[in-house]
Amino acid sequence: MHSLQVPCTKENLKEIRYFVENALNRYEISTDDIYFIKLAIDEICANLIIHAHHCNHEDFIEVKIKNEGNTFIFEIHDQSNDNFNLLEYKVPDIQQIIANKKNGNMGLILVRKIMDEIELERCEGHNICRLYKSIPQANS
Amino acid sequence: MELLIQNEDKFHIISIIGDLDASSSVIFDSALEEAINAKAKNILIDCSQLDYISSPGIGAFTSRLEECNQNNIQLVLYGMSPKIENVFKILGLDQLIVIKKTKEEAKIYANDAQFTSPLH
Repeated sequence: MHSLQVPCTKENLKEIRYFVENALNRYEISTDDIYFIKLAIDEICANLIIHAHHCNHEDFIEVKIKNEGNTFIFEIHDQSNDNFNLLEYKVPDIQQIIANKKNGNMGLILVRKIMDEIELERCEGHNICRLYKSIPQANS
Repeated sequence: MELLIQNEDKFHIISIIGDLDASSSVIFDSALEEAINAKAKNILIDCSQLDYISSPGIGAFTSRLEECNQNNIQLVLYGMSPKIENVFKILGLDQLIVIKKTKEEAKIYANDAQFTSPLH
């Protein structure tokens, strides 16, 4: 298992992406797949850092990567009381985002399109967002 | 991320160098806003050195697109890698934002669009 813990600042998103890329480079995964997985994890982490932790550098976020056969499990751990539920959130239509001059809401569209499955676990202020991605050709 | 801003004839060109993410998108958004406020009619975004883009970076485009359309400003992106272009495609934005392969194609498109626009 690979893991990284960083303070909740936007500047650390690059480190998270670097960590994900390095961890996945140990497997036979295409650069396109690595790019999109990195993007999905970045979107979840950015959402948590900005909206749940308000970029508070005293808070921490942890990313863990495991693989079971050809399925990769990405866990994003944090501690916050944010009630946002990305599983229930209805993403708006892209035309509507443009018409409303919005610059947000597209991250979740990307996560849902890239990942196979998303799970949320909440227990006494400790949250885990679990993303599953099956990559049939991946070999370590 | 770094931005390189140049004017070539009637084209305002913003080159994005590095990663356009939640951390850097505000800087790019300000540059785009400045170009619109300065009444630039052809804004070309050079993506040839753009290594990575996430939704806040894409949001900088979507939030200004309507304003550009209303003010007859041609906003054209060019030179992006296939990976970056795929992110736009996943979102269906390749149908709504003009994306060209080269600077020359971007200039020709912007030029022609200015002449054919009903507002011109």
